[in-house]
Amino acid sequence: MTIVPTLKKDYIYKLAGQGKRIDGRAFDEYRPIVIEPGIIRKAEGSARVKIGNTQVVTGIKMDVGEPYPDTPESGVITTSAELIPMASPDFEAGPPQEDAIELARVVDRGIRESEVIKLEELCIEPGEKIWIIFIDIHVIDYDGNLFDCASLASLAALYTTMVPAEKFDLGDDYPLPMRDEPPISCTAAKFNDAVVFDPILDEEEIAEARLTVATDVNGDIRAMQKGLSGGFTVEEVKKVIKGAVVNGREIREKLWDSVKKAKEEKGE
Amino acid sequence: MAGNAEEIKLIDENGRRVDGRKPDELRKIKIEAGVLHRAEGSCYLEWGGNKVVAAVYGPREAIPKHIQDPVKAIVNARYNMAAFSVEDRKKPGPDRRSREISKVTSEALERVIITDLFPRASIDVNIEILDAEAGTRCAGLTAAAVALADAGIPMRDIPVACAAGKIGAEVVDGKVKGGCIVLDLCKEEDNYGNADLPVAIAPRTDEILLLQMDGHLTYEEFEEALELAIKGCHIVSKLQREALLRKYQPDVEENL
Repeated sequence: MTIVPTLKKDYIYKLAGQGKRIDGRAFDEYRPIVIEPGIIRKAEGSARVKIGNTQVVTGIKMDVGEPYPDTPESGVITTSAELIPMASPDFEAGPPQEDAIELARVVDRGIRESEVIKLEELCIEPGEKIWIIFIDIHVIDYDGNLFDCASLASLAALYTTMVPAEKFDLGDDYPLPMRDEPPISCTAAKFNDAVVFDPILDEEEIAEARLTVATDVNGDIRAMQKGLSGGFTVEEVKKVIKGAVVNGREIREKLWDSVKKAKEEKGE
Repeated sequence: MAGNAEEIKLIDENGRRVDGRKPDELRKIKIEAGVLHRAEGSCYLEWGGNKVVAAVYGPREAIPKHIQDPVKAIVNARYNMAAFSVEDRKKPGPDRRSREISKVTSEALERVIITDLFPRASIDVNIEILDAEAGTRCAGLTAAAVALADAGIPMRDIPVACAAGKIGAEVVDGKVKGGCIVLDLCKEEDNYGNADLPVAIAPRTDEILLLQMDGHLTYEEFEEALELAIKGCHIVSKLQREALLRKYQPDVEENL
């Protein structure tokens, strides 16, 4: 590391003690969010999401396959993430590293556990044929808070996905059966006793601890993931949850608006 | 490339192609320079149904050390297709096709980059194909060139690529009859056409930096196709320059 980033991090750390952030945001404030569904023509569903400078593209592909023996009447989700070298000077080509695997698993869990996809409707022949949903997360610009950006991109892509039934001689294409209550995940990072939402990369790099909280439309908690070696006090955890509910509500509305707009443009 | 020429008519009586273009007409191209925050230089490019992002990192120390060249920088282009960019999901990671494209693209770019300014360094060019519809290597190289310029990498020229090809020929008694030389093949033309000729040039000198061909062309047809491809390159080259000017001209004017 050269000297400038070190000084900058020092500065960010000190600012936190005065209740300030380097980009002027409040501690619980998100960067501007842009959601663009339906940008990849070859994909069954897709979305690009920008949170500040961070940029993720998620594409959905579907295929017909065999169900798992323990769930013979249910579709299958497969989530993978690629931290491609384009997104950061520190990412390398090759098989997924630990960070990419954690990212894919956190997004996957958010979608799976919330049962936001009606997997039971994705059975073609019980025990024989079901739909497989491939969620591929492509990080193309990395300036912090990948969890929220990737989760949001995946949700926006799923809500605009068409099941390619025609391609497999299974009748007309139809929208992927989804439930209307997506949990939204919000991430906060802690350093110098400050807890800030939507950390930029410089903040993430000095963070002692990180907490992702997914909340649903009722403000209930649906998933949590703590990361890094530092700790949170109970008060801090409560604060993060409250902030996640407020931010989650706003982000959910942005998601609906963009999904609705994309569907209207497609004429549905 | 042998085709079901009978089933699909690639060019009609009026000389119009399946997507309504004239033989020497390009698909719609949109170029934007400097779209990414982290990269030193970047470019977003749409070319027909192709959507490509290119990003440049470096010059930076080449790692591992044994790949360093003591007298010049190495140019390391990496062409990668997103899993969702094609009809049937592509397994992530490099395959033989993308390795080959990475190699020929690296070599083409290396020709114009003034590499001896940066001994032991590497200049890394990442090309991501997000949506694919025939001609991705040309789109990728064209985007990479803009990203390199955006990164301020010293170059002799801004390289550019475009393909030409042949469509609509019939095979009668083992001999190829008819057909039309066209610019910038679309998906159907790539699948059912007779030949594809991707070309990259340095537009100031028309030096050829990349040349590949598959299919079947007579010598005369090759000449015609090459000339057409180079003509296409010059049109695209103008779009590249415009994209760069759009980003940098305001700064220049401000400082006057």
